[in-house]
Amino acid sequence: MVHLATPDRRASLRARPGFRERIDLPRRVVFVAAASMIGVVVLLLAFIAWQGLQLFLKDGIPITQIFSAEWQPDRMSGTVNFGLLPFIAGTIFVTVVALVISTPLSVGLALFLSEVAPQWAKAIVQPALEIFVGIPSVVWGWLGLTILVPFLSDTFQQGLVVSLPVLGEVFRAPGFRTGFSWLAGSLVLSIMILPTVTSVSYDAFRAVPQELRTGSLALGTTRWQAIRHILVPAALPGVLTAVVLGMTRAAGEALAVQMVIGSSPVFPRAITQPLSTLTSQITLEMGNTVFGEPWQDALWTMSLVLLVISITSVVLVRVINSRRIAL
Amino acid sequence: MLNGTRRLGGLAIAATILAAACSSAGTSPAPTAATSATNCVTGSITAAGSTALQPLIDAAAKAYTKACAGATVTVNGGGSGTGLSQVVQGAVQIGNSDITAGSKLATPDANKLVDHIVAKQGWIVVTNKDVTGVTNLTTQQSIDIWTGKITNWKAVGGPDKAIVLILRPASSGTRSTYKKLVLSGANEATGGETLTEDSNGAITTAISKTPGSISVIGFAYYNDPANKSLLNGLQLNGADATIANMSTGTYKLAADGHMYTNGQPAGLTKAFLDYMMSADVQTNLIPSLSYAPAAK
Repeated sequence: MVHLATPDRRASLRARPGFRERIDLPRRVVFVAAASMIGVVVLLLAFIAWQGLQLFLKDGIPITQIFSAEWQPDRMSGTVNFGLLPFIAGTIFVTVVALVISTPLSVGLALFLSEVAPQWAKAIVQPALEIFVGIPSVVWGWLGLTILVPFLSDTFQQGLVVSLPVLGEVFRAPGFRTGFSWLAGSLVLSIMILPTVTSVSYDAFRAVPQELRTGSLALGTTRWQAIRHILVPAALPGVLTAVVLGMTRAAGEALAVQMVIGSSPVFPRAITQPLSTLTSQITLEMGNTVFGEPWQDALWTMSLVLLVISITSVVLVRVINSRRIAL
Repeated sequence: MLNGTRRLGGLAIAATILAAACSSAGTSPAPTAATSATNCVTGSITAAGSTALQPLIDAAAKAYTKACAGATVTVNGGGSGTGLSQVVQGAVQIGNSDITAGSKLATPDANKLVDHIVAKQGWIVVTNKDVTGVTNLTTQQSIDIWTGKITNWKAVGGPDKAIVLILRPASSGTRSTYKKLVLSGANEATGGETLTEDSNGAITTAISKTPGSISVIGFAYYNDPANKSLLNGLQLNGADATIANMSTGTYKLAADGHMYTNGQPAGLTKAFLDYMMSADVQTNLIPSLSYAPAAK
C-alpha cells in the first residue's frame, strides 16, 4: 500500500520559492487578456447604446416614431420623420427567407456528411465548405450583381399569374422589373450562411453518442428511422443553435446584401421588389451625414437595433443550449 | 470633339507633372511659368470628404508633393458629411464638400469654417442604352420623371418602356444638388421600383444592367471612356454637358467644389490651397479631369 500523500511527500511537493510566482505569471496574463476583452465589449455596448439613444435624449424624437414606416430624414424636404420600420422589416424579411432557403440544404448536407457520406465524399465536401467560408462577402455580392440580378430580371420579368378555369385569377406575383429585390438578397445570403449552418449542425450530429446509433440499428430500425427518430431529436438543440448563428450572420451582413437589394427605403411589399435593410442603410448614409445631427443619430439608433437583435440571438443560443442537458 | 479635348487634357497632365518636377521645363510645350511660383512648404496634411472632388484633389496633391520634397498631402474620400465633420473636429486639415457647410452643419460649427471654392463640378443625367430617341430633358420633364408623374419613356419621346429611377441616398451631396438645381426642391418618388445606389460606380453598373433606368452621375466620371460607352448622356434644357457650358452657366447642373478649413489656413494647408488656385491646376489639371475652373 503506497500512500501518495505522506507528510514527507507533501513537504517535497510544496512550492519552492518563486514557484508560485512562476505559475502565477501566465495566470495573470490570461486574466488580463480575458478582462480586456470583456472591457472592450462593455465599452462597445455602452458607446453604441449611448449614441443610439441620442435620437431620443438629445433630438427629442419620440420613441414611437422609429416604429413608423416613413423614412424622411432630410429637413430640406419637409418635416423630418425617422421611421425605421422599413429597415427593421427589411432585415427580418431578407433574413427569414434566406433561412428558409438555406436551412434544409445545410441540415441535409450536415446529415449527409455525418451519417451517409463515404470517406472519399467527405474528403471533397469538407475542404469545399472551408473554401466557401473563406470567400469574402463582397465577392458574393458582386456575383449576385453580375449574374443573379440580370438573370432574375431577364427570366421572370413577366410576373406569375395563376388562373383557374372557373375561379379566374387566384394568384398574382409581380415580375422582377429590375432584378434588384428582396429575393436576390435572400438568395445571396442563403449561400453565404450555408457553410456556417452546415458545420455547426455537423458538429451537433457528430456529438450524438455512437451507442444511440448502434442501439437503434440493433433494434432493427433502418438508417432513415434511426436518423428521423433518434439522431435528429437528440441533435435538435445543436441544429437550432446553428440556425440562430446563421440568422445572426445574415442579419449583420451589409455589403453583399446592399449590392443586390436596390436599397429602396420603403416598407417591403413583394419578394420581387427592392427594399432596404438596417445594415445597408447605415453603410449608404454614414459618409454623408455629420456627427451629432439627428440624421446620424438615427443611424446610430439603427446600430442599436441591430445590436439588440444580435444580443437576443446570443441569449436564444444560450437558452437552447441549456435545454440540451435535459435530453 | 470631346475625344480631342481629352487627348489634349492628357498631354496637359503629363506636362504639369513634368514641369512640376522641374526636370524638362525647356522642352515642355505647356505653359510652365506657374511652376516657379509653386510655394513649397514642408509638413504633412490630410484632406478628406467628397468622393466627387477626390480625383481632382488627389491629382493636385500628387503634382504638388512631386514638386515639393518634404510635403505630404494625403487625400481621403468618405463623403461630404465625413469631410465636414472631420474638419470641424480637427481630425483633418481640409474638409472637401460638394455642398455648403451651412446646409449640413449646425450654425456655430459652420461659422468656424472658412470656405475655399477650388473648382466647379458638373453632373450629367444618364440612361440605359435601350432608351433610344431621348437626347434631351427639360427641367419640367425631369421634375415629372423624378417625382413619379411620368413613368414611361413614351411620354418624353422615347420607347414604350417603364422608367426605373435610380436615386442616391437622401444624405448624398449629388442628390441634394440635383434636387436644388433641377427639381426646384420637389421631393423624389421613392416607392415602387425605385432603386438607391451610393456611388458613381454602383450607379453606372446598375444603369448598364437595368432596362429603362435613369440617374445622375458626376461629369468627370461619365467622361471616362470606359463608362461613357455603357451610358446615354442627356442634354439638359437643350444644353450639352461641356466644361465651357458649365463655366458660362448655360448648363445649369454644375456647382462649386468646396475645400473647408477650420479657421484661416496656414503653413502647408495654405500653400496647398494656393496651389489649387494656381494656373497649373486651374488651367491645365482641372479641364483635363473634366472639371470647370473656379469662378473668378
